[in-house]
Amino acid sequence: MIGELRHALGAADLVPLATEATKLGTVQTVVATALVLVGAFFLTVGTVGLLRLPNVYNRMHATTKATTIGASSMFLAGFVVFGPGGAGLTSLVGIVFLFTTAPTGAHLISRAAHRMGVPFFGEEASWPGEDD
Amino acid sequence: MAVELPGFLATVVEAVLVLSATLTLLAGYRVVSGPTTPDRMVALDTIGSNVVAIAVLFALVTGQDFFVTISLVLAIIGFISTIAVAQYVTEGDIIT
Repeated sequence: MIGELRHALGAADLVPLATEATKLGTVQTVVATALVLVGAFFLTVGTVGLLRLPNVYNRMHATTKATTIGASSMFLAGFVVFGPGGAGLTSLVGIVFLFTTAPTGAHLISRAAHRMGVPFFGEEASWPGEDD
Repeated sequence: MAVELPGFLATVVEAVLVLSATLTLLAGYRVVSGPTTPDRMVALDTIGSNVVAIAVLFALVTGQDFFVTISLVLAIIGFISTIAVAQYVTEGDIIT
């Protein structure tokens, strides 16, 4: 019924049905599975670091790098699954965007923490240019 | 374009979705109880990155590729909100 309607409207040539999905190859499946698992590991490391480290700067150190790698690994898995055109290209743009914006945001947050007077953990570290 | 995942990869992606959602909930603990305001900002940034990863995983598990675009939009919104809160904390005003 729906197929006849789509054929009568001429939509069958324009928009493919969801049942006409493309299958994934074996190599793509293995690589995507590995990338998803690596991304899950790094997301777990980032969140555990966020919960357990003692200071703002230490937590930033844990989350910014590990979570960026985790989300980028998910994006790479999306690139592997969806192919080099369309959504795969969007995935690569997302990786570039994450690697650009995550250090910028962390730098701004650390500057805000410095302006608010949050001290470092321990006695050894100090901001450059300040002698105390 | 829709992509149909094999059964093994679909199972792995669903398990990682559950794991990522749990991690996002755990990061919410730091948002609620972080001692200082930058702690909460860091935790919200982490939640943003986790939600980006969740959107990509949702694109994989449903086979609909426009969720990748949605994850990119979520990343942009998270970056802008982080900058806005940092400017508000340091300068006392967002647009001066």
